[in-house]
Amino acid sequence: MAVCIAVIAKENYPLYIRSTPTENELKFHYMVHTSLDVVDEKISAMGKALVDQRELYLGLLYPTEDYKVYGYVTNSKVKFVMVVDSSNTALRDNEIRSMFRKLHNSYTDVMCNPFYNPGDRIQSRWALLPVSASSPGGPYFLCPIQSRWALLPVSVSSPGGPYFLCPIQSRWALLLCPIQSRAFDNMVTSMMIQVC
Amino acid sequence: MDASEEPLPPVIYTMENKPIVTCAGDQNLFTSVYPTLSQQLPREPMEWRRSYGRAPKMIHLESNFVQFKEELLPKEGNKALLTFPFLHIYWTECCDTEVYKATVKDDLTKWQNVLKAHSSVDWLIVIVENDAKKKNKTNILPRTSIVDKIRNDFCNKQSDRCVVLSDPLKDSSRTQESWNAFLTKLRTLLLMSFTKNLGKFEDDMRTLREKRTEPGWSFCEYFMVQVSVPPGALDCWVFLSCLEVLQRIEGCCDRAQIDSNIAHTVGLWSYATEKLKSLGYLCGLVSEKGPNSEDLNRTVDLLAGLGAERPETANTAQSPYKKLKEALSSVEAFEKHYLDLSHATIEMYTSIGRIRSAKFVGKDLAEFYMRKKAPQKAEIYLQGALKNYLAEGWALPITHTRKQLAECQKHLGQIENYLQTSSLLASDHHLTEEERKHFCQEILDFASQPSDNPGHKIVLPMQSFAQLRDLHFDPSNAVVHVGGVLCIEITMYSQMPVPVHVEQIVVNVHFSIEKNSYRKTAEWLTKHKTSNGIINFPPETAPFPVSQNSLPALELYEMFERSPSDNSLNTTGIICRNVHMLLRRQESSSSLEMPSGVALEEGAHLLRCSHVTLEPGANQITFRTQAKEPGTYTLRQLCASVGSVWFVLPHIYPIVQYDVYSQEPQLHVEPLADSLLAGIPQKVKFTVTTGHYTIKNGDSLQLSNAEAMLILCQAESRAMVYSNTREQSSDAALRIQSSDKVTSISLPVAPAYHVIEFELEVLSLPSAPALGGESDMLGMAEPHRKHKDKQKTGHCMVTTDHKVSIDCPWSIYSTVIALTFSVPFRTTHALLSSGTRKYVQVCVQNLSELDFQLSDSYLVDTSDSTDLQLVPLNTQSQQPIYSKQSVFFVWELKWTEEPPPSLHCRFSVGFSPASEEQLSISLKPYTYEFKVENFFTLYNVKAEIFPPSGMEYCRTGSLCSLEVLITRLSDLLEVDKDEALTESDEHFSTKLMYEVVDNSSNWAVCGKSCGVISMPVAARATHRVHMEVMPLFAGYLPLPDVRLFKYLPHHSAHSSQLDADSWIENDSLSVDKHGDDQPDSSSLKSRGSVHSACSSEHKGLPMPRLQALPAGQVFNSSSGTQVLVIPSQDDHVLEVSVT
Repeated sequence: MAVCIAVIAKENYPLYIRSTPTENELKFHYMVHTSLDVVDEKISAMGKALVDQRELYLGLLYPTEDYKVYGYVTNSKVKFVMVVDSSNTALRDNEIRSMFRKLHNSYTDVMCNPFYNPGDRIQSRWALLPVSASSPGGPYFLCPIQSRWALLPVSVSSPGGPYFLCPIQSRWALLLCPIQSRAFDNMVTSMMIQVC
Repeated sequence: MDASEEPLPPVIYTMENKPIVTCAGDQNLFTSVYPTLSQQLPREPMEWRRSYGRAPKMIHLESNFVQFKEELLPKEGNKALLTFPFLHIYWTECCDTEVYKATVKDDLTKWQNVLKAHSSVDWLIVIVENDAKKKNKTNILPRTSIVDKIRNDFCNKQSDRCVVLSDPLKDSSRTQESWNAFLTKLRTLLLMSFTKNLGKFEDDMRTLREKRTEPGWSFCEYFMVQVSVPPGALDCWVFLSCLEVLQRIEGCCDRAQIDSNIAHTVGLWSYATEKLKSLGYLCGLVSEKGPNSEDLNRTVDLLAGLGAERPETANTAQSPYKKLKEALSSVEAFEKHYLDLSHATIEMYTSIGRIRSAKFVGKDLAEFYMRKKAPQKAEIYLQGALKNYLAEGWALPITHTRKQLAECQKHLGQIENYLQTSSLLASDHHLTEEERKHFCQEILDFASQPSDNPGHKIVLPMQSFAQLRDLHFDPSNAVVHVGGVLCIEITMYSQMPVPVHVEQIVVNVHFSIEKNSYRKTAEWLTKHKTSNGIINFPPETAPFPVSQNSLPALELYEMFERSPSDNSLNTTGIICRNVHMLLRRQESSSSLEMPSGVALEEGAHLLRCSHVTLEPGANQITFRTQAKEPGTYTLRQLCASVGSVWFVLPHIYPIVQYDVYSQEPQLHVEPLADSLLAGIPQKVKFTVTTGHYTIKNGDSLQLSNAEAMLILCQAESRAMVYSNTREQSSDAALRIQSSDKVTSISLPVAPAYHVIEFELEVLSLPSAPALGGESDMLGMAEPHRKHKDKQKTGHCMVTTDHKVSIDCPWSIYSTVIALTFSVPFRTTHALLSSGTRKYVQVCVQNLSELDFQLSDSYLVDTSDSTDLQLVPLNTQSQQPIYSKQSVFFVWELKWTEEPPPSLHCRFSVGFSPASEEQLSISLKPYTYEFKVENFFTLYNVKAEIFPPSGMEYCRTGSLCSLEVLITRLSDLLEVDKDEALTESDEHFSTKLMYEVVDNSSNWAVCGKSCGVISMPVAARATHRVHMEVMPLFAGYLPLPDVRLFKYLPHHSAHSSQLDADSWIENDSLSVDKHGDDQPDSSSLKSRGSVHSACSSEHKGLPMPRLQALPAGQVFNSSSGTQVLVIPSQDDHVLEVSVT
């Protein structure tokens, strides 16, 4: 178990950073930020070779007295940084790699979410609730329900409906949403939206 | 056995810091066993289960075995860990009950009592059995009895506290087994005791530490406990290790190698710096006052703990050991070493591009300086780090560093900087509510201080204080007339955690007069400006990094400046609207902490709102202003003043403008439809734009009546009054008074900058194109009528302009307006003949889009000749005439005596729009006047074609004969009297030229196609002409045309000798043939002038002239007949060419 994970944009601002325990949040922010030095170094050192080999895992960035900081970079130069407790000897390189891969998958799910604007900070609800694109009848996306969406739906009767038309962010003009639950309140809380 | 009596020195078995175990009882026995024991005890590891969740450990146990003494037992309150005996063992070899009873039991009891007195419960009794001894004794009891006795006597319920060791010095399996059991027991007990006592020790230490605030707490007491596990020692060790490693590396590498390996060594430098820092803090070396006595004690202990320097470095001038000793020796030395290390680390990080790490070390350094009360040195490091975090958008580090910076700036007395940082922190959601309130209060406290320099302002950027969210104009199009009231409502989102009372909020307005701009005219402004009126300001994403490629896109707009008078293009170009966003310095966008030189603009125009309390969140603020000078007002800056602190938004973007205009009063008159039609009532819209003029009671428009245009007064005319923004304010009945000359329209009362609209019906009286004023038309008898008639080609309607002069109350000058009416009809006429019978046909064409109903058509002879009759052949009295359609009317001319040479006719027809049921007024009929001349038939021309003799039909290619018979139908008439007429023997004759022309090329005329004949002017005189023609095609062919001309010989002598044919053929261009292209131009008066122009053209040329006979005078009785031509038989050649 990592004590801190961070997703950092290409421009080096944090898209998502979360640590446990939370009282030491600031320390981890500093630690992750400082580790970007080494990430940058590793990326520029590996350079083209990195891209060719598709090796995204950067390995141990640096150890501190109590923690080890690991790095990972996606093809779009989004960086993942993970901090683990030094005393946790159960976490070996393979475990770290697989954790990064899971994190990468989650990030990809977030990116697939039509409600997410690339470059925006990732809200924890989305990061915590990435819904697999491979579920039957998918891809489905769980979206944060906002009142204006709930107020605006227009019913369109078509096969497989009822569908709702929702205005969303500028990139997505329309969205057709089959309502999974009958009651309106339930719809608001557990609406699954299928992008057609 | 009496071991205690022998003053043996306490047995101390090497090894320091091992748990102490005391031995009582038979010392000789123990001595004999000891070598085996000390060797065997650490052999097997034990699992040590520790308290407080610490991970279990496998340890090899060793012990210090010492002879038992009462002094060794810890007194109550002794906290020393290392001198504490963990286990007490009693050794005995006794196997004899008697001996046991006599001495051993007593000795054991004493031992137990001493232990109990010191509440020590960790003890063990060992009974060693020797087979050899057993054999020697005969009166031996079963050995178990001694063990049982001891257990009975001492170990109630704790039977495991007594163990048996069998033949410990023998080498047998039984011995081994016995040893193992003993050792296991010993280890278990030892560990149990150790754990128990360590836990107790830790508890004691915690209790002591917690007591430090109580009076009488002694640090020394605490320290004496604490120092047995010294916390700084580890730091010292790390520091020394780092420096040792680095020194080794430096020792075996040259400079270049070291430089190239910085990336690998810098971590150690950083680590060493960090450790030295924590040692410094521990030893009180990082404070303003320096270390206190406790700090000094600690330092001494630490230095003592270091022990002596190792011999290999002891003699060198520089060594990590010496460095550490020196650094801890004094505040100054520590500072020197710490700064050296920090700077070296920062430099190394910077040199390999690890800027973030360098900044982080720099922040530690800043913290150090702050502790040393040197904020001026700390500032640069804090600024540097903050800039880095801002550039990369790391919110938490930003907040944290800002807090440090605020403290630094406060110490430095940088008031503006401190206030700005405070405002940023007060709006920072990463801080707690209390912290935010604190920083907000700092600003408010400063603002409320009475300033020693009144008028001195601290100008801070507004962004962190409050944000401008949106702006709304009322009127919504942001256009207001001079004197009008404009409201501007803004939404400010306060970022402060508490309500803030603002003395005033001021909008700085820039005023510009753009007089020559077409866009700034009142008309354009009131019509064209967008009217939603809400401007939203994009929220600035505060801690978001501005990367190079996320700069705002250029907002380019085309710009056209047009002349206000004729709308022609004066200037054009492209302007960039967001230039201030693009051209601002990159520097200033990242270093938000500097008061970025916000300049207050001083302008004459201010919008002000006083005493506003900005609640946290959205606040509505309304500015109200009365427009004064016309021009464009641009909102530039927004300032909020809190005492002497001014929060300024230096640029309001997107650009917000409002316009003030003044307007002259104006009158517009325009038709409601696309074009006005003459003859029927038409609606005309009057628009009075009051401008700066106020319409008073009694103001009226005075229209001087146009003669041919009537203003129809309706009872129910109403006028609407609108404001300039097209909001209806009232409507009023319109009073219209008409006299002969003047129509007066009383205007409703209306305030300035309003619009009055009403409609009037006007009627222009229709007329046909005038025929040179020969006669006056119905109802148009006024002598100075100004009709400007424009007869255009094609189907354009004839138009009539009426000019009306209007006197307006606001001006001494009259406004002249021109209204153009179109005549909906076009009329043509034609003379039709049938032999000598004559007909007049009038064609009325409706050019308008409307349908009309025609009625009561009349044709009258205005010259009133009595024997002439016009007999109408029209049957219907009512007839519809649809849009773009024509209606024909025909009358037959009948006379009894000689007909007049010309006839003046007037056609009139009543009309009304077909769609309207009932018109309020009776409309005047439509009239058309024309003249018909030379309408009496003089000659009849008859042509016939005969097949060649002996043939039944004409054939192509064979000659046929053409017979032309010209017959005079009347005796001499007035119209015959011209140059061609010759008189001989009272017989009159005239010269005519005939010509056979076949324009359709059906016939080839063989021989002469024309000739001059002398025609007697007498009724029934005939002339016959014979010609040969050849048909070129088969079928029913129309006959060739036979044309008749008057042949006017020239008066000069030789003119008559000219052969007409020769000049016609040789110089056909000069032949003065009139009328070929005017088949029905029988009688238009204009013919005369054309004729005269032509004749003057040929003046001086000795040529005969030809004059076509007017169509009415010649009747071609064979027109329209056809001759059947059959193809010739050998006409079979068919040429086909294929390419």
